[in-house]
Amino acid sequence: MSPWRRQGWLPLLALLLGAAGPRSGFETMTPELQAMQRDDAGNPGMLSVLEGEALFAREGCAACHAAAALRGVAARYPAHDAARGGPIDLAGRIAECREQRAGRPPLPRESQPMLALQSFVAHQSRGLPITPDPRLAEARAEGERLFRERRGQLNLSCAQCHETLAGGRLAGANIPEGHPNGYPLYRLEWQALGSLQRRLRGCFTGVRAEPLAPGSPAALALEAYLFGRAAGLPIETPAVRP
Amino acid sequence: MSSPTSPRSGTEPGRRALFGGLLTLALAPPAGATPEAMAEAIALFTGGATPELSAAITLDIPSLVENGNTVPVTIAVDSPMTEAAHVRAIALFNQRNPQPQVIEARLGPWSGAARISTRARLADSQRLTAVAALSDGRFLLAEAEVVVTLAACLEG
Amino acid sequence: MARTLIRVPATATRGEVIEIRTLIQHPMETGYRPDAAGRLLVRDIITRFTCHFDNRLVFEAMLHSAIAANPYLTFTLRAEASGVLAFAWDGDHDFRHVETRALTVT
Ligand code: HEC
Ligand code: HEC
Repeated sequence: MSPWRRQGWLPLLALLLGAAGPRSGFETMTPELQAMQRDDAGNPGMLSVLEGEALFAREGCAACHAAAALRGVAARYPAHDAARGGPIDLAGRIAECREQRAGRPPLPRESQPMLALQSFVAHQSRGLPITPDPRLAEARAEGERLFRERRGQLNLSCAQCHETLAGGRLAGANIPEGHPNGYPLYRLEWQALGSLQRRLRGCFTGVRAEPLAPGSPAALALEAYLFGRAAGLPIETPAVRP
Repeated sequence: MSSPTSPRSGTEPGRRALFGGLLTLALAPPAGATPEAMAEAIALFTGGATPELSAAITLDIPSLVENGNTVPVTIAVDSPMTEAAHVRAIALFNQRNPQPQVIEARLGPWSGAARISTRARLADSQRLTAVAALSDGRFLLAEAEVVVTLAACLEG
Repeated sequence: MARTLIRVPATATRGEVIEIRTLIQHPMETGYRPDAAGRLLVRDIITRFTCHFDNRLVFEAMLHSAIAANPYLTFTLRAEASGVLAFAWDGDHDFRHVETRALTVT
């Protein structure tokens, strides 16, 4: 079944369950953490947004992009990239633009400056609903396959935790639906801001499986699927998570 | 990896079973401070005086936190904050981190109010104690119990 | 250079008690945490925060390893006159960061 057919059933299912579409990880946090995320003067992720803002000016991005014009961009990534004939995610697009148009030497995907730039760009879309790129149906189907595949020594699929067990608890921790709408985000466990890829690494090694290489076709497909199933959720960057 | 100020010291069986050996390294009990060490640190702060348990001081901290790395805490003292009657200092202590001290803040009548907020690291579920030093030489005390649950899916 | 977020009301009326909120980028490495090889990471924390109003100390806090990474601190001040607030964070390995903000009292 294609992910779009499946999504066609979602509203009905939601009605039956009395829920309304996907639920952000924000919803199941304690009121204290929700308050920390909401408060721009207290959200530690805002320090990275500030750093990204400074880099955006210093690295010459601002010469071609008005920050305000970036509003909405993060809500429609991963997007179809004609040159690649497949998906590119926001981190990939920023890296590409930075190297090819701003003429900067490449930086590791999860280096502090790249995370900061990504936070700043994604923050411009805060509050806007995720609108998946319709051209990525194929990647999403592959991503869904990965999402449902059992893996690792614990032989668990993402779906088992983030669909079947979502809303329950794993030895004290809430099991969220596993949505990507807050990244890069400040995770208390990391005591730092980190990427969606970093979060996924944790879920892969948690079941003792080999993580997907960031930026690989499989990783992009999984990311495209995660954004597809989170359609409509608002971008929260920089979110706060335990 | 027995990081005493990281909250990864839980021993909940469910999680251990699920994530198997991944956590075993993290399970060594922290060589934490003790109630005695905390009492000593408080005595140092009060110069030996015994603080009184009082409703005038409030220690506002969530009773259940999802991750001990960043726990919001507010301490407030009901005080006119005048030259004649004010809070001179506020301190926070804990029992289970490697060190009993968390913060000591100095204020005065110019503060207008006696209220500070910060974020603490808690190695484990434990009791916290806030102490306020008053201008008349008295010390007030408030306590709170915090249960720290752990983030699952730790990075290997 | 550490990034900071400082929130001070733009204006205050005379006698008003204002809340000042500060957040600074800092790892607050506790000194109790081993690295991957099992060696303790050297302590690297902010140990002292001060706020001066027109060169007069109005708030001071001593911080320990039990303060979370990226220290957040709020405190109050009775606004009596316009002036300059100077914030300083001092820590291990000669860490020092200073910021100033104007306070306008009407
Ligand atoms: C020389 C001009 C130039 C510079 C410098 C530049 N960009 Fe771009 N950028 C473009 C153009 C042209 C596009 C493609 C057209 C478009 O999609 O808006 C683009 C696209 C993007 C996109 C995707 C926009 C979308 O709507 O999908 C992002 C995000 C982006 N740039 C970020 C950055 C960042 C961050 C920097 C600095 C490191 C930067 N750009 C530097 C010209 C530039
Ligand atoms: C054993 C259960 C389990 C499995 C299997 C699992 N996760 Fe998770 N995942 C969690 C828990 C629990 C969290 C919440 C974070 C925490 O407390 O550690 C989480 C968090 C997430 C988040 C972050 C959500 C947010 O709000 O930021 C995403 C995204 C995610 N998982 C995706 C995945 C993907 C993709 C897979 C499959 C490769 C997967 N997870 C497999 C338990 C699991």
